[in-house]
Amino acid sequence: MDTREKDIENLKDYKYGFTTDIENIKAPKGLNENVIKFISNIKKEPQWMLDFRLKAFERLKLLKEPNWQKPKYPKIDYQDLYYYSAPKSLKDKPKSLDELDPKLLETYKKLGIPLQEQARLNGIAVDAVFDSVSVATTFKGELTKYGIIFCSMSEAIQKHPDLVKKYLGTVIPVTDHFFATLNSAVFTDGSFVYIPEGVKCPMELSTYFRINASETGQFERTLIIADKGSYVSYLEGCTAPMRDENQLHAANVELIALDDAEIKYSTVQNWYPGDENGKGGIYNFVTKRGLCKGKNSKISWTQVETGSAITWKYPSCILKGDNSIGEFYSIAITNNHQKADTGTKMIHLGKNTKSKIISKGISAGFSDMTYRGLVDINSKAKNSSNYTQCDSLLMGNKCGAHTVPYIKNKNLDSNIAHEATTSKISEEQLHYCQQRGLNPEEAVGLIVNGFCKEVLQQLPMEFAVEAQKLVGISLEGSVG
Amino acid sequence: MNEQLQSDFDKIIKTFKISEKQIQFKKSFLKKFIENGFPNRKQEDWKFLDISKIIQKNIGNLSFFNDYSLPNKIDPSIFVDDLKHNKIIFINGRIEKIDFSYEDQDQIEISDEIGTNITFNYKNSLIDLNNAFTNKVFKILIKKNYSLKKPLIIYHSTNNKIKSKNLNLSLNFELEENSCLRLIDYFIDNTEKNFENILYNFNLKKYSILKNYKLDKFRNNNLKYFFNNIEQDDNSISETFILSAGSDYFKNEVNCNLNGEYSSAFINGVFSLKENQQHEIRSTINHLVENTKSYQLIKSVLGKNSKSAYQGRIFVNSKAQKTDGYQLSKAILLDETSEFNAKPELEIYADDVKCSHGSASGSLNENSIFYLMSRGLSYQQSKELLINGFLLDVVEKITDPEIKNLIKNIIGLKE
Repeated sequence: MDTREKDIENLKDYKYGFTTDIENIKAPKGLNENVIKFISNIKKEPQWMLDFRLKAFERLKLLKEPNWQKPKYPKIDYQDLYYYSAPKSLKDKPKSLDELDPKLLETYKKLGIPLQEQARLNGIAVDAVFDSVSVATTFKGELTKYGIIFCSMSEAIQKHPDLVKKYLGTVIPVTDHFFATLNSAVFTDGSFVYIPEGVKCPMELSTYFRINASETGQFERTLIIADKGSYVSYLEGCTAPMRDENQLHAANVELIALDDAEIKYSTVQNWYPGDENGKGGIYNFVTKRGLCKGKNSKISWTQVETGSAITWKYPSCILKGDNSIGEFYSIAITNNHQKADTGTKMIHLGKNTKSKIISKGISAGFSDMTYRGLVDINSKAKNSSNYTQCDSLLMGNKCGAHTVPYIKNKNLDSNIAHEATTSKISEEQLHYCQQRGLNPEEAVGLIVNGFCKEVLQQLPMEFAVEAQKLVGISLEGSVG
Repeated sequence: MNEQLQSDFDKIIKTFKISEKQIQFKKSFLKKFIENGFPNRKQEDWKFLDISKIIQKNIGNLSFFNDYSLPNKIDPSIFVDDLKHNKIIFINGRIEKIDFSYEDQDQIEISDEIGTNITFNYKNSLIDLNNAFTNKVFKILIKKNYSLKKPLIIYHSTNNKIKSKNLNLSLNFELEENSCLRLIDYFIDNTEKNFENILYNFNLKKYSILKNYKLDKFRNNNLKYFFNNIEQDDNSISETFILSAGSDYFKNEVNCNLNGEYSSAFINGVFSLKENQQHEIRSTINHLVENTKSYQLIKSVLGKNSKSAYQGRIFVNSKAQKTDGYQLSKAILLDETSEFNAKPELEIYADDVKCSHGSASGSLNENSIFYLMSRGLSYQQSKELLINGFLLDVVEKITDPEIKNLIKNIIGLKE
């Protein structure tokens, strides 16, 4: 074991904080038309893709960074970032996993992500994104049998341009807010999923995001299309090395569910949160939006947010099709100096649409947590209903927990119910657990897991176990 | 607009008999207002009611000048009959009468003060406007251990001499230790297209009790803005009831600072809106010390094309352990065109607190209507009975029996 690895062992609180020494190709620093052309060129993109990016860039020039959010951050110098970084060995894309740089494989092994097919026992198809590019996608062969397309975004642009052209930017248009438009202009890679009509995807699909290079922003774009009557469950995980600087992660995720289709999207977000004093960490400014386009479609978001210095995202559902359903389950945990402003938007446009929001926020240390959500029932969305529950748990009096729901009801046949509570772990519960032989930390872990149970239940099995552990780790040292 | 403001301001300064220092003071507020202008929907607090646009669309040329030198005739028919009370009468923004004939005169002090510094922090250009243009700011002081025998009714009245005017009123109240004031704001208008901008500042000392009832019942086409700032010391209680039904546009704002331990604040509101009305209540309760309590209940009944909004905010300081805060807003939508907006906000920095909020909106329960109709009531009667019960819930929260009955009569609620 070399010294660096020993160091990693010592860093108990964030075990994914190592970097991989690997040669990178980077785009020139800064944001301008040439950089965008560089990205497009290196990925050998067709003209329409470049036009899409340039259109977004034109629009970006007119936009200002939003500043209404609760967690404030120092101004980001967008000219001081690298917008493209890729391991050199990937320049000519390896044809199979055997040709992949062993260093990369080792990185993913360390992260516990099975890239080699011998790990097929896990039964999860993985697309691994390293800095700006997708390095490997597993289980391709088996998925192809079902007609499922699961590949990196760059590959999809080359091989399935019709699908990409048809759906890209339909949920998050290039004319959206600042960070989404920035992503449209400079996105580098991401995952593309297409589930054909009537197919129930036989395994969990998963993407693993890793930021490695310094001074880079990661801008990935994910597009999932579930055709009529299909079903897919998709998982997303993220980590980054420990650095003193703040790194920007501004991804766009678009989901489209056609008639009778269902998409389940789960995230376990564990970007580097910064050290105890709030130095460093990832700015996680992500735009996630799902469109229930067809009748009886369903989109369900589940997120466990434990990492990032600042999390600022609102996975949303646009319920356009009649009888469509939107769900949002969230656990957000902030400790030390972490800040989170997260929640959801449920926009009811179709008749008989239903949405459910369960949000659990836990803040400890000096952290700040905000639930911000919108429920908007349009005048045409007859017979729609929404149920929202957001609970917050506070540990200590140096942290904050806030709830900012926006409720708009424009339809008389529709019902909205909203509940929120804020409390702390009661002394009685702690006492009870300790009496039965648990130490205070274990007791808190147990109570918190009970508090989060409703959301953890929604996660696929393998993830649920990991998430449960993560919840425990994130709160370590916050009791007492 | 800005030229109009400046020239109206110059005219008004000429008619006021005030010192140079006070003029400078007013000028500084005018300058601030001109910088910021009327609030619009781009500002978070004004998201649901865009005053700037309403003024543009419905009032047009707003004039800020009012000749306060001539008295207006008081029409005694506007007075509330079934309750003996003290009176302050505003007509067209001018104080015509102050009558405390039921009280010990040496227990109440009334002084007029222009240019007192605003003691609370605010980010609100309408308060600047108010400070720049109010002609007289009265301060009413209730002395130690004195409870007013009869309620005080403030009549906010306008007559048909004015149109498209901005009227500004400002009052200061101080309740000394262990004193009690019951205050009713009674709106009665015979005008249209005016913009009334009212600012109250309350200072509640230890053990004092304030009960403030705002009754906007009679249909009129004016735009109104009412801002209450309440500072509360130890063990003081404030109770605010808002009936928001008469004006075309009305925004009530209550900012309550619980500065003393065991102080509590209650806000109850009823929106009963018909065609094209847009009303809003925005409340901010700041729990700043330990053991404070707040309770809010807001109910809306919304007719055709009407819109109501409730923005409630509970703020809990990190020192304010053992806070108890509660918000509940409910709405019944009666028509396809009615709209309810809510933003119940919690901002909490202390861990040993009990804070919760709830919000529900929807249509009248068909099952309940069916139940009543099966017992012989008509559809219309059943509907009315259900709405009656829905609103009665809020009115029952009023702690003063005399005033509770008065309000029930005014609204037309049956028990």
